[in-house]
Amino acid sequence: MGNVLELRDVRKTFKLGFIPKPREVLKGVSFDVAEGEIFGYLGPNGAGKTSTIKCVLGLIFPDAGTISLFGRSPLDPRSKDKLGFLPENPYFYDYLTAREFLDFYAQLFGVAKGERSERIARLLKLVDMERASALPLRKFSRGMLQRVGLAQALINEPSFVILDEPLGGLDPLGRKEIRDIILSLRDAGRTVLFTSHILQDIEMICDRVAIVVDGRIHNQGRLADLVSEKILFTEITVSGLAATDLAAFGECVSVRDGRALVKVYAEDKVQGVLDLVREGHGRVHALIPRAQTLEDLFVDTVARS
Amino acid sequence: MTISVIARNTFKEAVRDRILYLLLFFSGLTIILSRVLAVLTVGDRVKVVKDVGLASISFFGALMAIMIGTGLVYKEIEKRTIFTLISKPIRRAEFLLGKFLGLVLTLAVMLGAMTLIFLVVVFLHTFKVEFGLVLAVVFIFMELVLLTAVAVLFSCFSTPILSSLFALSFYLIGHFSWGLETLIKKTPAGAGRTFLRILYTLLPDLENFNIKTEVVQNLPLPAGLWLGAAGYGAAYTAFVLLLAVLVFRRRDFI
Repeated sequence: MGNVLELRDVRKTFKLGFIPKPREVLKGVSFDVAEGEIFGYLGPNGAGKTSTIKCVLGLIFPDAGTISLFGRSPLDPRSKDKLGFLPENPYFYDYLTAREFLDFYAQLFGVAKGERSERIARLLKLVDMERASALPLRKFSRGMLQRVGLAQALINEPSFVILDEPLGGLDPLGRKEIRDIILSLRDAGRTVLFTSHILQDIEMICDRVAIVVDGRIHNQGRLADLVSEKILFTEITVSGLAATDLAAFGECVSVRDGRALVKVYAEDKVQGVLDLVREGHGRVHALIPRAQTLEDLFVDTVARS
Repeated sequence: MTISVIARNTFKEAVRDRILYLLLFFSGLTIILSRVLAVLTVGDRVKVVKDVGLASISFFGALMAIMIGTGLVYKEIEKRTIFTLISKPIRRAEFLLGKFLGLVLTLAVMLGAMTLIFLVVVFLHTFKVEFGLVLAVVFIFMELVLLTAVAVLFSCFSTPILSSLFALSFYLIGHFSWGLETLIKKTPAGAGRTFLRILYTLLPDLENFNIKTEVVQNLPLPAGLWLGAAGYGAAYTAFVLLLAVLVFRRRDFI
């Protein structure tokens, strides 16, 4: 499968303020997004995620490097025929109703009138916004705007969708629904690039990720390759034992209501804790082995950078 | 196609802006109250009604062009609605022209409404529908199209308040630059005269669109006036829009 998006050594410096002070926001970003995958682009606030996406969309001009979107420059309108985009904060024309809003974008893609109404109805149903279709957007909550924004991103039936923080402002149920929609897009053979601060979501649905910190990509690849499956430590919650007795096996993290939470780093010592519980007539409440998560990798990457 | 979609949306945006109706209300009120001025005047009262009416259409039309035009592009950038728009298969120039044409359409509708009120007020005085007055409004419209292009240009790189000041300055300079012509005639030939001549060429001359006196006084219009004014307006508008496109096409939307 080919790449729908390729970035090579993209650099961007902003000069802001009354006396312009240069600030390098992208310091040589390179990554590819392959056809049919869900690609997670993550990084702390101000790392350069949105700036990268703005370069891809042609909203800002990179100082150096190349970007290829469907094999064309992002400044070529034809590169955006099959592209859908949801911005980080849903800023839309608030004087339009949801239906008018979607109709406007459908017209920009030249969708025929008859097909427009059918497509709009289908998308409003998909994002569960049928009930609010005749309301002006200024009356929408952030979560509702996020949903109608997602419908807007899909109005041209894109083969590549860029979603900038699509799960922000949504309640847990809404997050699950949007996650399911993203997964259904991949099932339909579409490619998704999305940024998120919510690492659990990225971990749940992404095939590949790239971690950007301070304008540089520090880690990228398949999630399974990046995150080790090795057990890092085991969390054991026990009662009926003195915290001092447990100290020999690992780190006693907390003691509350007679229950102690111990972090045991060596696998052979887990058995030692269980033996101690049996001998001391104590009780095991929980035993959770912890493998490395994306969050661990993310925190580690940010700390190292 | 893309330009017309953006123009129609801009029209929708403008006509849902309350300030437009406030200006339309005051314009209508001024036209109707011209009757009071006419009553207080000694002489041809109908001419007063026509003068005040045309001046009112010109002034409130210019206010509409400046107040809506200067915020049009700036608001898109400030509210970041432009992010979603530029991510679609459209060129920046198409966006800008769509915005401009949307506002021109809005002005045409507003000018139409003001003209209707004006013609009714004049009819109540003369019991005649004076279509000759519409010609003066068409010239006002050509001037407003140019002013809209100027407002859009400033809106590409400046805040609405600054843009309004710039556009208003353009409007005032445009109506007083003809004074330079007299100055040129009275200045002895030399560097000073050449400088004044260059300045006069560069500065807008919005008096090219002012035929109010001729229409109100029923004076004959000079031959080729139509062509001259339309050509000047079209060339100046195209030049200003070209500048706006050049400014806009390399702008980063942070």
